[in-house]
Amino acid sequence: MTITVNSPQKSPQKLWRIWRQNNRRQQTLGAIVLGTLFLLGIIVSPWFLGESGLSTVLTQRNQPPSLAHLFGTDWLGRDMLRRSLHGLSLSLRVGLLAASVSALIGTGLGLAAGTFGGWVDAVIIWIVDVFFSLPHLVLLILIAFAVGGGTKGVIIAVALTHWTSLARVIRAEVLQTNSSDYVHLSRHLGKSSLWIARHHMVPHIVPQLLVGLILLFPHAILHEAALSFIGIGLSPHLPAIGIILAESMRHLSTGYWWLGVMPGILLLLAVKAFDWLGENLRSLFDPKTSQG
Amino acid sequence: MLKGDNLWFRYGDRLPWVVQNRSLAVAPGEVLGLMAPSGYGKTTLGKLLAGYLPPNKGQVTLAGKPLPKKGYSPVQLIFQNPDLSVNPRWRIRQILQEGYPPKHAYLDALGIHSGWLSRYPHELSGGELQRIAIARVLNPHTRYLIADEMTAMLDANTQALIWQGVLAFVRRQQVGLVVISHDEPLLKRLCDQILVLVDGSSPQPLRHQGQGFHPTTRNAT
Repeated sequence: MTITVNSPQKSPQKLWRIWRQNNRRQQTLGAIVLGTLFLLGIIVSPWFLGESGLSTVLTQRNQPPSLAHLFGTDWLGRDMLRRSLHGLSLSLRVGLLAASVSALIGTGLGLAAGTFGGWVDAVIIWIVDVFFSLPHLVLLILIAFAVGGGTKGVIIAVALTHWTSLARVIRAEVLQTNSSDYVHLSRHLGKSSLWIARHHMVPHIVPQLLVGLILLFPHAILHEAALSFIGIGLSPHLPAIGIILAESMRHLSTGYWWLGVMPGILLLLAVKAFDWLGENLRSLFDPKTSQG
Repeated sequence: MLKGDNLWFRYGDRLPWVVQNRSLAVAPGEVLGLMAPSGYGKTTLGKLLAGYLPPNKGQVTLAGKPLPKKGYSPVQLIFQNPDLSVNPRWRIRQILQEGYPPKHAYLDALGIHSGWLSRYPHELSGGELQRIAIARVLNPHTRYLIADEMTAMLDANTQALIWQGVLAFVRRQQVGLVVISHDEPLLKRLCDQILVLVDGSSPQPLRHQGQGFHPTTRNAT
């Protein structure tokens, strides 16, 4: 009797306990899904918005933020929300491309340094140190200039300067895993180098790579915006976020604060979303934080 | 017979010798104790015997031949710290099956619960994890076991449980076991013969075979 009475009471409690046990994992997954949707939303927004709102409407010039124009309008009456979304989408795409190329370079060099060691390692670490010792922005400007500026210049400059920290992380991970007791033991259990690379190294390196790549995005995007802001990045007729911010500088002193503040907040949110995504992915990949 | 003949080892060309002219041999089914204070090169000697380090001089032989370089090594070393000897990103089931999957009888003897298998290493205690690390090499392909301070960090109950399980395996498979420890009472309980490493610092001439060791008590349990 007691069993039949107890069991229906127990099962909701049990479900609640299971829910609570999974809560942290679900929160992590939820954060990843939210962050991805937000960023994807920004990237694809121009295709949904079309060209509407980008044309000049001189009757609606310099309007502060309102329900009709959440980000206000500029000195030509263009809707700033739409301009910002267009600009950020372009900047994100440029940043994604540059960061991905950078991550590829970083992974390749990091793996080579960690695996081959010796003079290969010394040369790669020396290059990394050279990159670290130069002021980042100066290097970006130099490379962007050298390859001819424009969108191509920005992508190449950002891609060539952002791989260093990831290369270091990957190299350290390879060295640490290779010298660990469990890899030595694995050899004595009769496993080949290829097997060890596949089963011992990959589970350590892939999470570092993915998290490193995602945490590279905000850097790449901010530097792309910075280059465009000082006028050697994307060409001025493209609505990139750096161009929008640079234009707003001319109007700040006249009291049109929303021209700079609103796109700035949107850029900040996008960068923060990448950061959030990276941190949550990291905790999902690490067995110590992914359970329970 | 696993033999180490006049083994010399140092970690670098300019560094002092860690292992100097040590010789020892262990037969199948024999339990040999190796005792010395800290810093006398016990662990290094264990690594030389298991083929984890190549000796600078001298050689380790298994039944008259050098240790095999490829495939499952018949000489297996069990590390002192199980946290470092398992991949933290693997589940216990995968860790146990990396070599040859261990028999259920040995898992039971070591008190390994099936509930542990789906967990990650950090979700087990040190003693539980050490049992996993031991069970991983308890299969018929292991001919010699080198236990380097295998139970030094564990409580008495777990120690007893682990050694019972390992000794059962050693007797059944006629495996040679080298127990490296500084715990004299433990060695006296376990071993057929105990070697005490003396004087790890002064160089010994190569000719004097076995000078580094003083065979002591022969236990009659």
